[in-house]
Amino acid sequence: MVDPPLLDVRDLRAGYGAFAVLHGVSLSVLPGEVVAVLGSNGVGKTTLNRTLSGLLRPRGGSIGFAGEEIAGADHAAIVRAGLVHVPEGRRVFPNLTVRDNLLLGSYARGRAERAQSLDRVFDIFPRLAERLRQRAGTMSGGEQQMLAIGRGLMARPRLLILDEPSLGLSPLLVEEMFALIGRLRGEGLSLLLVEQNVMQSLAVASRAYVIEHGRVALSGTADALSRDARLRAAYLGL
Amino acid sequence: MALLMPALVGGLLTGGVYALVALGLTLIYGVLHIVNFAHGSLLMMAMFGAWLLAAKFGLDPLVALPLLAAIMFAVGWALYRFVIGRVAHGDDRAILLATLGVAVVLDNLALVLFTGDTRTIETPYALQMIQAGPLLIPLAKLIAFACALLLAGALWAFLALTDTGRAIRAVAREPEGAALVGIRPDRIFALAYGIGIACLGAAACLLLPSFYVSPQVGGVFVLVAFTVVVLGGMGSFPGAVVGGLLVGITENLGGLYLGEDLGPICVPLLFIAVLLVRPTGLFGSVR
Ligand SMILES: Nc1ncnc2c1ncn2[C@@H]1O[C@H](COP(=O)(O)OP(=O)(O)OP(=O)(O)O)[C@@H](O)[C@H]1O
Ligand SMILES: [Mg+2]
Repeated sequence: MVDPPLLDVRDLRAGYGAFAVLHGVSLSVLPGEVVAVLGSNGVGKTTLNRTLSGLLRPRGGSIGFAGEEIAGADHAAIVRAGLVHVPEGRRVFPNLTVRDNLLLGSYARGRAERAQSLDRVFDIFPRLAERLRQRAGTMSGGEQQMLAIGRGLMARPRLLILDEPSLGLSPLLVEEMFALIGRLRGEGLSLLLVEQNVMQSLAVASRAYVIEHGRVALSGTADALSRDARLRAAYLGL
Repeated sequence: MALLMPALVGGLLTGGVYALVALGLTLIYGVLHIVNFAHGSLLMMAMFGAWLLAAKFGLDPLVALPLLAAIMFAVGWALYRFVIGRVAHGDDRAILLATLGVAVVLDNLALVLFTGDTRTIETPYALQMIQAGPLLIPLAKLIAFACALLLAGALWAFLALTDTGRAIRAVAREPEGAALVGIRPDRIFALAYGIGIACLGAAACLLLPSFYVSPQVGGVFVLVAFTVVVLGGMGSFPGAVVGGLLVGITENLGGLYLGEDLGPICVPLLFIAVLLVRPTGLFGSVR
């Protein structure tokens, strides 16, 4: 028997003002799966993420999450349901300490299990544990990205959306980031991964969707897509 | 020397209440990034509230403090929800007009309701003095100072140590990030505005035993509060406290050494001097 999808997006439409960005996107994430979303700049990947996490109201279509319809739901309720979005550009709280940033990660969850969540984050990011009192705004870009993911994990996500987590990182840190994604996958976390690093994303994902012109242009298993001539031509110049 | 100490202490005591008024202003600025031009008028309204509770219901201002702070919180919250929040994220001119408009309405409402007379209340402790070594300290001012610092400390602890306090600080700089952890920025804005105005309810109760109230009284304090906030650093919590005390002391020492006529130039001079050396204020940081 096949598991029902954790995330089931059908014909999702979204945009800003008179400007439509998503013209009907359908995709799904199964429990425990890492799914990559690929596409060139400006096709609407971030818009998709913001719509899924309730920051932007969808204009049509449906978003099923863990069996519930969440399209148009309040963003706080969506976080509480376990859909957590680590945004492009990190958006940590620069004026707050690392500790306060992490504690706010569990804002929607309340204080229960907060200590365990913190221990888990410190286990994954020992460097954050050493910097508890440092203001997030004074950290390096790589450290801020770790903090942003740590803050996301504090919400005890069932599905974690990562929007370009490797953006702006040095090659060494990019390796670390993908190793981390592999680790989270190993722990059974479901991930929706938006990335520009196409080959590395396909290596860590089980399936992927390629978005073009506000629609899914290509989808399939990561293996099949990494051999796909169209994808190689469009994104790798091969 | 015999005159210096009393002036210093007197200034410090007055400065405590200045700090409380300025804290409300700086909190609103720091979180909402708006300048609350209605601040003085809302303080005036709170002072009339304290006066009414004392004169008509016999409630001592210190007893009325929690009640009036709660009432002013509700007033601030509603004001944000229904007036200021509607324009808070648009054009700066809109927010200027909205807060100034609220001020004009309140000032004239007070004139209609209370006429232009100045009013005072009598409390048993208003004229009492406390002997501290060679110093005679007015009890009402000492109580006001202690309460103001206590409230400032409580507010600091709230902002530093509670989830809601952290959420307020988070929304101040990163509302989108805050939304992503499940905070509702709009609720936090209303809350922060309400708390800023609640500070005025408390300050009114501390001021009234030793100060008068009239529809124009807000103007006296609003200028001081703006001076304190800019001097301390816009949006800075310690800046508002230190600035408040500093302005209180400077005002008194100026009066002592330069007299009634020239004395009032000391605070503006201090203001200019500080800004020349530190354009972002004592505790202000460059964004
Ligand atoms: N707040 C906004 N208001 C108006 N248009 C917007 C807004 N945010 C994004 N857009 C537009 O929507 C389109 C999609 O943007 P989006 O950020 O979703 O792209 P993206 O796929 O994430 O790009 P990138 O890979 O560069 O991050 C772009 O044309 C962008 O200019
Ligand atoms: Mg993007």
